[in-house]
Amino acid sequence: MTNENKRQVVIPGEVIVNGDDYLPGEGTERTDKGIVALRFGLAEEFNKLIKVIPLSGTYQPRRGNVIIGKVEMITSNGWVTDIGAPENAFLPLMEVPRFVNKNGMEEVLDIGDMVAAKIWSINRRGIDLSIKSHGLGRIDEGIIIEINPNKVPRVIGKEGSMIKIIKNKTGCDITVGQNGFIWIKGDKVEDEIFAKKAINFVVEKSYLSGLTEEIEKWFVKNEGKE
Amino acid sequence: MDKYYTTPEIMKQRIKQFLSKGNRFDGRKTNEFRDIEVELGISKKAEGSCRVRIGKTEVIVGVKMDVGAPYADNPDKGNLMTTAEMLPLSSPRFEAGPPKFPAIELGRVVDRGLRESGFINFEKLCIKEGEKVWTIFVDIYTINDDGNLMDAAGIGAIIALKNSFIPEYDEKTGKVNYGKLTNKKIELSENVPIPITIHKIGENFIVDPTREEEDLSETRVTIGSSKGVISSMQKGEANILTSEEMEKILDMNDKIWNDIFKKIKKFLK
Amino acid sequence: MATKNFKRIDGRAVDEMRQISAKVGIIPNADGSAMWKQGDTIAIAAVYGPKKMHPQHQQDPTTGQLRCNYTLGSFSVAERARPGKNRRSREIDKIIEWALSPVLQIERFVNNVIDVHIHIIQADAGTRCAGINAAALALAHAGIPMKKMVCSVAAGKLDKTLVMDLTKEEEDYKDGEGSTDIPITMTQDGEITHIQLDGKINSKELKEVIEMTKKAGKEIYEIQKKALKEVTE
Repeated sequence: MTNENKRQVVIPGEVIVNGDDYLPGEGTERTDKGIVALRFGLAEEFNKLIKVIPLSGTYQPRRGNVIIGKVEMITSNGWVTDIGAPENAFLPLMEVPRFVNKNGMEEVLDIGDMVAAKIWSINRRGIDLSIKSHGLGRIDEGIIIEINPNKVPRVIGKEGSMIKIIKNKTGCDITVGQNGFIWIKGDKVEDEIFAKKAINFVVEKSYLSGLTEEIEKWFVKNEGKE
Repeated sequence: MDKYYTTPEIMKQRIKQFLSKGNRFDGRKTNEFRDIEVELGISKKAEGSCRVRIGKTEVIVGVKMDVGAPYADNPDKGNLMTTAEMLPLSSPRFEAGPPKFPAIELGRVVDRGLRESGFINFEKLCIKEGEKVWTIFVDIYTINDDGNLMDAAGIGAIIALKNSFIPEYDEKTGKVNYGKLTNKKIELSENVPIPITIHKIGENFIVDPTREEEDLSETRVTIGSSKGVISSMQKGEANILTSEEMEKILDMNDKIWNDIFKKIKKFLK
Repeated sequence: MATKNFKRIDGRAVDEMRQISAKVGIIPNADGSAMWKQGDTIAIAAVYGPKKMHPQHQQDPTTGQLRCNYTLGSFSVAERARPGKNRRSREIDKIIEWALSPVLQIERFVNNVIDVHIHIIQADAGTRCAGINAAALALAHAGIPMKKMVCSVAAGKLDKTLVMDLTKEEEDYKDGEGSTDIPITMTQDGEITHIQLDGKINSKELKEVIEMTKKAGKEIYEIQKKALKEVTE
């Protein structure tokens, strides 16, 4: 089938590779036909392990992910937050980096507020969030855009290279949620919209290689227009 | 995100801020419509049909006709029935089930726009006075909601009607021969009652809102007019309009009407 | 018994399906969507989910659920169909759910639902089959874990001849034994997830129809594969 560089789009039930040479990873299973895809996505092979990377579909939460969510409900010991996953997440009182009066919870985060948080635990009970790290907390100002969560790695780039370029060229603070929600804060709304356009460009061209060069070119072309 | 949500507050603030300078996020001016795309004949089984896309918003509209008895108070006139379904496939906010208020309002507002304007010549739909008249059914289905379903539906209804042919009717058996269309079109006026909905957001007025913008709409007025003659109007949502604001809206409508008419002219032959 | 020289109204061979075109990603708001056009039958499908099941009392803490909603467009048929659900469309909801469920791996989406909405824009028989084919594409597009695809064919029999993909005109066939319509859905490996029948047929003929359908199913699978591989966004 493939070498490390070639990736093919596969569909459910499609045989990715025959034989016993490979191991079935995420999104695949071994049948008598070989390694078979269990979802629509990109088949990738690494060290003899074959997995299918989703191109589409709802966000799958993972520990350590930074996400942007919306507060749905306030309970006696925390905030129930919608993070766009099939499960709701919970931000407990203890994971807020300051003392919170039980009667003053709305002042920290009210229903409908958007919050940047980190998933610090996923267990049978649910998903637990924390806003203790730098850059997390209630989102007061700026714009929030939504992209296909499967494209987030492209928007961030290898070791953050892509998002760094966008931040520099637009002068905006950008927090990318792994759940596909991105918070952009700039000095002017025009800067924020410019960053939004740049991100949408990356998402549209996500299938290209050499995307970093493409976005540099895009900025050259569009710099004056903002 | 559970997309029963509405646009987050911080976005609303930003949109309003930007709007106060007369700017919109997609670069449009406050009185500008998105690109309008029309496809005719999307169902061969309809007497007339079309698909209308305004930006990413999409609706399909179909016209069916049937022969029946007229209403007692209008024995020499045909009938019109307009319905709208907000299909759950068009938005995570729509649920399966009988039409809720927004769909009911949409159908009724489009109906009023078609009916009151004299667009349809109801007398020409009469086959035998007191006994047999044509009823026109205009059915609207939403396919993707990115704001302004109202105007997309109204424009779709006009275009579908303009491109409808009357089916064969056998006077002896009293049966309609569906599938066999005559080359006779429904008698319609040259004056097309194009609906334009103007929304108030803060101090600003916009047309053709995207879904995000529509979530901010404090109140809206849909005006069905043709060449300066207003034949239908509906104000929606529970906020006030001053009379000055109303005048501003009427002025906007006159200007925008011409733009829209130009955009859809070629489908109105 | 497939009489090879049976003349079909549109000139097709007995095992020939109508022309098919399929497109994925036609509804921007949906998590997955597709259009399936087979002859003059056009179906669109949209998938939303997995997401929290509403109303809450219908949540199942042991598994995720599939909920199908099929609507026949009022102007998709010659005599206008009143908008809304009737008994026929309610039955088709369930039939479609049963046709799709066996290949979905949604046990881990507890308390969640995957909504599949199917709408028929133009109807010329085989509407549930076109709907199922569009739905399978939409489910894959939405990234739902699926072991296989499902492929649906409006198989049947005209008098004594076994045929694939009946049109409405063929459904109304009156000569001899008349028309028997047999909508069948299978995985690409020929496993049956749905079968219905309406007419008059003996076991031997039915077994042959099932064999014929396997071949047609594989053609459908290839078209589904092509449509999904064309998705760039």
